[in-house]
Amino acid sequence: MKTRNFLAIAGAVAFAASGALAQDMTIVSWGGAYSKSQQNAYHDPYMAANPGVNIINDESSAEAVAKLRAMNEAGNITWDVVDVVAADAIRLCDEGLAMEIDADSQLAPAPDGTSASDDFGDLLVSDCFIPQIVYSTTFGYRTDMVGDTPPTDVCAIFDTETYPGKRSLEKRPINNFEWALICDGVAKDEVYDVMETPEGQQRALDKLATIKDDVIWWSAGADTPQLLADGEVVMGSTYNGRLFSVIEEQKQPVAMLWDAQVFDLDGWIIPAGLSDERKQAALDYLYFATDTQRLADQAKYISYGPARASSAPLVGKHADLGIDMAPHMPTDPENAKNTFLYNYEFWADYRDDIDAKFQAWLAK
Amino acid sequence: MSDATDTGPVLSADGKPLKKSLAIALRREKMRALMLIAPLLLFILITFIMPIADMLFRSVENSIVPNTLPETVVALQDWDPNSDEAPDEAVYAALARDMQIAIEEKSHTRLGSRLNYEMTGISSLFRKSGRQIKRWDMEGIDSFKAEFEDLDEDWLDPELWKTLSTYSSKYTSGYFLNSVDLQKGADGVVRRDENQRIYITLFKRTLFMSLVIMGSCVLLGYPIAFLLANLPTRTSNLLLILVLLPFWTSLLVRTSAWKVMLQQQGVINDTLVWLGLVDDGARLIMINNQFGTIVAMTHILLPFMILPLYSVMQTIPVSYVRAAKSLGATNWTSFWRVYFPQSVPGIGAGCILVFILSIGYYITPELVGGTKGVFISNRIAYHISSSLNWGLAAALGTILLVAVLTLYWVYDKIVGIDNVKLG
Repeated sequence: MKTRNFLAIAGAVAFAASGALAQDMTIVSWGGAYSKSQQNAYHDPYMAANPGVNIINDESSAEAVAKLRAMNEAGNITWDVVDVVAADAIRLCDEGLAMEIDADSQLAPAPDGTSASDDFGDLLVSDCFIPQIVYSTTFGYRTDMVGDTPPTDVCAIFDTETYPGKRSLEKRPINNFEWALICDGVAKDEVYDVMETPEGQQRALDKLATIKDDVIWWSAGADTPQLLADGEVVMGSTYNGRLFSVIEEQKQPVAMLWDAQVFDLDGWIIPAGLSDERKQAALDYLYFATDTQRLADQAKYISYGPARASSAPLVGKHADLGIDMAPHMPTDPENAKNTFLYNYEFWADYRDDIDAKFQAWLAK
Repeated sequence: MSDATDTGPVLSADGKPLKKSLAIALRREKMRALMLIAPLLLFILITFIMPIADMLFRSVENSIVPNTLPETVVALQDWDPNSDEAPDEAVYAALARDMQIAIEEKSHTRLGSRLNYEMTGISSLFRKSGRQIKRWDMEGIDSFKAEFEDLDEDWLDPELWKTLSTYSSKYTSGYFLNSVDLQKGADGVVRRDENQRIYITLFKRTLFMSLVIMGSCVLLGYPIAFLLANLPTRTSNLLLILVLLPFWTSLLVRTSAWKVMLQQQGVINDTLVWLGLVDDGARLIMINNQFGTIVAMTHILLPFMILPLYSVMQTIPVSYVRAAKSLGATNWTSFWRVYFPQSVPGIGAGCILVFILSIGYYITPELVGGTKGVFISNRIAYHISSSLNWGLAAALGTILLVAVLTLYWVYDKIVGIDNVKLG
């Protein structure tokens, strides 16, 4: 307890010292093209409007949950705003590591006056989480390796006769189990009922077992794009923004298979336990960065859909390539004919259990 | 001056017994030495030993359950875990009171996540029920059991209460049992379902692969170190730079380079196909399996073998081998009987370094290990950063630490730790 108090005091002193010089704000995100899109759409305009604020980028989102927990235990929180996926936000909220944010009173309404909570709608999946983008985990395939019949159905991944060659799938049960069950004949709205039961979980594993020898399991989002570009796999799952850059920026012979894409959300949380002053600054930043125009602006730099309904009509052309971004959004009606929304509630409960089974199955 | 007849203690100049004043002087010396190293000692204690001890302690710590639900845990003691019925009203009333306080402190969801590691579904049960219980008017409720049943039928599930009562004490062996594929059942410790057993396999695999990597490092490193130690200085310095160059290159870069080399459309396969040694349709699978992990990690850890070997070999006088030869030994005998025994301390040091480093490696196996080449440390990393099950991660880490210390002890018994030299 004593060490904790000491650390808290040390942290407070350190902060007071730094706060006196300039208003630093540490924003944590994923790095790469994604952070660049945020720098262009949010950070630069915000700093231009608030000359007193200096935004520091930290690329630790992948370890954000563990680091926030460690910071919380040490009583010294050095981050102000953190970009995390929704599942992590729910976990952080459960653990009491993220602050609750009331969308209506603390965020900007849409230009036509619609309240923020209506504008975000169902995407406000946690009390602590302000969604920013909708991204999807979906498939890309090599156009030169599929012959005359390019796949249109997600079950092509299980069809090794028509599409021989390796496939890459993420090394975790989430999404793979859903796809396996659908391709095993389970109706879309019954997938989670089936997956709740041990028999259903086994069924998904059995379906995956039919292609186990043909799968390269990835753990970093950059793996599938690289494997596709090298011709190492014929098709593979990854985030749609990564595939966009393989197809449109690097001009590789790769095309999108949007069928049964799984929507997921990425957005902001504010760590719990900030001083009032920093909390206000963080909320002020969020008010700015999550308004309708800012969310639409981000789509100029990366092919992820804005989380606000009111932003969709404002999505324009890519800043460098000059192509229309709307058809590349996972939420575009043409792409979103058959979709899933990541089932946060289900996976928050079953993740540990199913992951243990999945890993045991992989190791066999 | 008749010292010989003086039977009293020998006195020093200031009249104190010599023994005493020597002891004082020695103690002062020791204190001074201790003062000199005190900053370092404190630094290591605070930044290294204490965090490790704290982390290891988490492998048995379970106070979150009795702290969050103090009354429930006490009330639950009267309940028989072997009965297939839910506990009585008193327990539910205690739970309601505990939950109201926990919700106020927002610690009920944290407890839910903790218990979800033991029984799937508790996390959302606590989260969802929390929202309702917050609004309860405690005075106006007759039967808390009925209210809980109204919220969710799962509150009446005896399995839930069994889990709660199994994990109600301040300390638990549950994490350690989990990490060796066992679990606490109602009737003591039982093995986990076969489709959930994974850690024993991973421990065995980690040990086996670390030994293989260590062995291949010795095989590859020994000739290089021998060459380095026996070439003229100018040439050997150049070669040494070649050994160190990859050592200074980022680990991720080297791992990715191996991907480019080993994959099916990679450099090695392309060359083999071009030479006609391998058919285009039957390219070798050399990555995303154990082979890939062993190759990449041997390469990455090789300098840790070469450097101690090299520094030990440098100290072996050339004259010994020459003497052996002049006495009629063949090249092989003079190497095997004279040179090799003197280089054993270097092998020992290199082996310990490589083995201990590889047993805790996780980035390289994660990237090139596929499914059969991952280590126990990959699961530890998963539990630290993704599932937040730090208790289980700590238990796995403790076992790994104990395994390493045991092997170190065995090594000391067999080879002797005095026989290890870094130079």
